[in-house]
Amino acid sequence: MSEQEHSEHIVPPATYLAIILTLLFLTGTTIWAAFVNLGRFNIVVALAIATLKATLVVLFFMHAKYSPKRTKLIILAGIFWLALLLGMTLSDYITRVDYRGVRFPISQVSQQLPAQRG
Amino acid sequence: MHRTGELYGQFKTLEQQKESATLGMWIFLITEVMFFGGIMLAYALNRHVYFPAFAAGSNTLSLKLGGFNTVVLLASSFTMAVAVWSSQVGKKTLISIFLLLTITLGFVFFGVKYVEYSQKFHHHLVPGKKFDIFYCVNNPAGCPDVDAPELMEESKLLDEAKAADPDLNAHAQLYYSAYFGMTGLHALHMVIGAGLLFWLLKGSLAGRFTPQWNTPVDLVGLYWHFVDIVWIYLFPLLYLIDRHK
Amino acid sequence: MSTAAAAPVKTMPEHHYLNATYGIRSWLLTVDHKRIALLYLASVTFFFFIGGFFAMMIRLHLLTPSGYLLSADTYNRMFTMHGVAMIFFFLIPSIPAVLGNFLIPLMIGAKDLAFPKINLLSWYVYVVGGAFTLYSMVSGGLDTGWTFYTPLSTVYSNSAVAPAVVGIFITGFSSILTGLNFLVTIHTMRAPGMTWFRLPMFVWAHYATSIVMILGTPVIAITLALAGMERLFGLGFFNPAMGGDPILFQHLFWFYSHPAVYIMILPAMGVISELIPTFARKQLFGYHFVAAASLAIAVIGFLVWTHHMFLTGQSTYAALVFSFLTFLVAIPSAVKTFNWVATLYGGSISFDTPMLYAFGFLGLFLIGGLTGLFLGCLGTDIHIHDTYFVVAHFHYIMVGGAIMGYLGGLHFWWPKMTGRMYPEWLARISALILFVGFNLTFFPQFLLGYLGMPRRYHVYPPEFQVYNVMSTAGASILAIGYLLPMIYLTWAAFCGKVAGDNPWPATGLEWKTQSPPLTENFEVTPVVTWEPYDFHNRPDLGLDAVAANGVVPAHGDD
Ligand code: HEM
Ligand SMILES: [Cu+2]
Repeated sequence: MSEQEHSEHIVPPATYLAIILTLLFLTGTTIWAAFVNLGRFNIVVALAIATLKATLVVLFFMHAKYSPKRTKLIILAGIFWLALLLGMTLSDYITRVDYRGVRFPISQVSQQLPAQRG
Repeated sequence: MHRTGELYGQFKTLEQQKESATLGMWIFLITEVMFFGGIMLAYALNRHVYFPAFAAGSNTLSLKLGGFNTVVLLASSFTMAVAVWSSQVGKKTLISIFLLLTITLGFVFFGVKYVEYSQKFHHHLVPGKKFDIFYCVNNPAGCPDVDAPELMEESKLLDEAKAADPDLNAHAQLYYSAYFGMTGLHALHMVIGAGLLFWLLKGSLAGRFTPQWNTPVDLVGLYWHFVDIVWIYLFPLLYLIDRHK
Repeated sequence: MSTAAAAPVKTMPEHHYLNATYGIRSWLLTVDHKRIALLYLASVTFFFFIGGFFAMMIRLHLLTPSGYLLSADTYNRMFTMHGVAMIFFFLIPSIPAVLGNFLIPLMIGAKDLAFPKINLLSWYVYVVGGAFTLYSMVSGGLDTGWTFYTPLSTVYSNSAVAPAVVGIFITGFSSILTGLNFLVTIHTMRAPGMTWFRLPMFVWAHYATSIVMILGTPVIAITLALAGMERLFGLGFFNPAMGGDPILFQHLFWFYSHPAVYIMILPAMGVISELIPTFARKQLFGYHFVAAASLAIAVIGFLVWTHHMFLTGQSTYAALVFSFLTFLVAIPSAVKTFNWVATLYGGSISFDTPMLYAFGFLGLFLIGGLTGLFLGCLGTDIHIHDTYFVVAHFHYIMVGGAIMGYLGGLHFWWPKMTGRMYPEWLARISALILFVGFNLTFFPQFLLGYLGMPRRYHVYPPEFQVYNVMSTAGASILAIGYLLPMIYLTWAAFCGKVAGDNPWPATGLEWKTQSPPLTENFEVTPVVTWEPYDFHNRPDLGLDAVAANGVVPAHGDD
């Protein structure tokens, strides 16, 4: 049992306080940034800030910084697989070109279809 | 059987037991990432295709309520982290206090979410036959909680969006499908988390968590932080589309 | 082969997990991984029967070109429910939840899985999911195909889609929990000396399978949840009438369902990797490569899913990439196959029943895998997509590969599970019947598909009748091939000859304990000092004593 004690890293509450203040600050930043017209980069900034916040939560609140390599590997695997799901699927959509050479989104066929259960 | 930190039969040491439990929790969280990933994909694709409708939908959400809830949830993560710390250093009363705070913040979140959902319901913004994104603009009497200048602005926004996307009503419904799908799943996770917190509170009031044995606090903490992370993404994705208009 | 006449009469051990406690409660509330495995065995067998019944209806109906047995609507329900029962409720849980559950703790020298209660929970989750799906089957049936393509499943079908979707959603969690349990167990519960590279290949295969389970299954869960909500509440993601995209459903569905085919085949590969060294009396050739190939299959298997969607109008560029990756995934499969063959080379091979299944697997998986490449090739897929060629392809893999592995494994470990031996000659004959029946059923389907017969139709042009009759005839032989083992294995569990601890003998840790094992598996935690599949430095197996100049072949019943 004594072994277990020193294998566990205890993060002091002061660190947590610093983290939460940073998180709140970043929340303010992201709202502020949303009101600035950055064109298509609005979403990039929003996701970057969100990722920064998530990283802080994972590293400190969830102690990943002090966890064994295996835990870090699991986290990375999760991110990687999520990226696979999103990236590879969207890669189909954004490289689609129809026979007229029109890029996706190709004009909707939706309106002609009946909406109700047959 | 009461779990006061005894060793289960299949393990040889407490350390092994804790290691297994923590590993299991992390693996579980990865499955959660993939679970939310599916709906994120649906969101991403539809946002890409129907951007005007998504922007219009996003602008009908209340930034005040959403922002407030973000702060509440972040704060609850903080209190949870401190609860875990208290259990690690053996401050038994502090555990209970911070668990209680976490639960309270969780319920504040639910309260605000309830207000938001019921607003959307009254404004005919729930996907289905009655969905009508122009409802408030056309029936100001039906939306007493939206004041005139706000309505003016909304009307202007929606007209612009309609000009960009003639099928705005259908596609805004997709936005709201994403909104309810994602926040609904998130809320479901919070409900489960709140249940777990109550269970922890019961244990901590009985003085069960010690520096030697606090695995449940630790694990529920991981889960709670994960749910927080989901919200960290949902907030900008749902509330902050094209706000600068 | 004759054994010395003085061989002692074997008797069943006095205490073991089967007689540790009695009564229905002791089974329904058990947390013993071995008993849970038997609970799974009973339930997947149940679903196998249900799926088999539907299969027989399909084959009987297709005996004549105009179809004489079922209405068009009923026919749609038959093939759908066949697929749902077989894939989600039989094949996916079969090897992992039955053999994996039983063997992984034994093989790594642990007393149980890391989370025994979660293990039991996973069985209950499975049962609840199964109940929902059965409800769907009896209350109107299901006619969307096992793939649940939208908008048919969400808007147009008037069969009982909702309960089936709920059932499969729920069952998914049983698979997630199993995978999670295995991963943690393999990481933290290995006995002293059981290093990663001493793990039996069966364990490696399940490690890879578990990765697929935990990363893929949540995606099908959310996909079916969205489809279900779309049907019930009118969400619009997959509904073109609302601007949604049905192809998105297919992406999400296959993101899970292609990897899911590896959930079915990887464990079978694990079984084969145990059988071949044991009955060839040789160390597995290229251990590290076979292990790495399992992991490679698990990873690359996630990168190929749109090969099911080549004809949906997906981007040409994406199709090219996915086709290429489909070819890549064949490499680790081939590595494994070559390694098995190399293991056989120069071995002293014996033809016990499990080995017959292993040989069956080798040939059938080869055909199944190679025809997969026909399908993964963009040009040829246009011709054979959605024809019986596809049906034959995946049956060669799933029935010829996965079920052969499952049955081979069941025979191999039956003496461990029950302490008793099945009748060897009957078993060999049924393995043969199975092989013949299988090929007669499914080989003609390759021809049918190549000639252009589409799948999922209840009628066909008369010129296809010959092959269909062959296929139906084969299916009835196949049915006998399944019924026989079911009967004699059950019989053997109670009345078979006592097997002893290690009847083959084989090298794994599971054979170092008594048969059937104690509830806590081992009296003392074993310490592993030997390399996997090493028949030469194992005096405890008693092989060198009998044949000084080489290792004697395996023997079963004698
Ligand atoms: C060498 C590896 C494999 C390759 C290259 C491969 C390739 C393919 C391709 C390209 C298709 C789509 C055909 C079409 O619809 O036009 C397909 C279908 C299918 N494959 Fe495979 N496959 C492989 C292994 C497997 C394995 C291991 C399994 C199962 C254990 C499997 C089960 C299936 C199933 C179930 C389908 C049909 C799904 C449906 O449309 O209902 N395949 N395969
Ligand atoms: Cu596939």
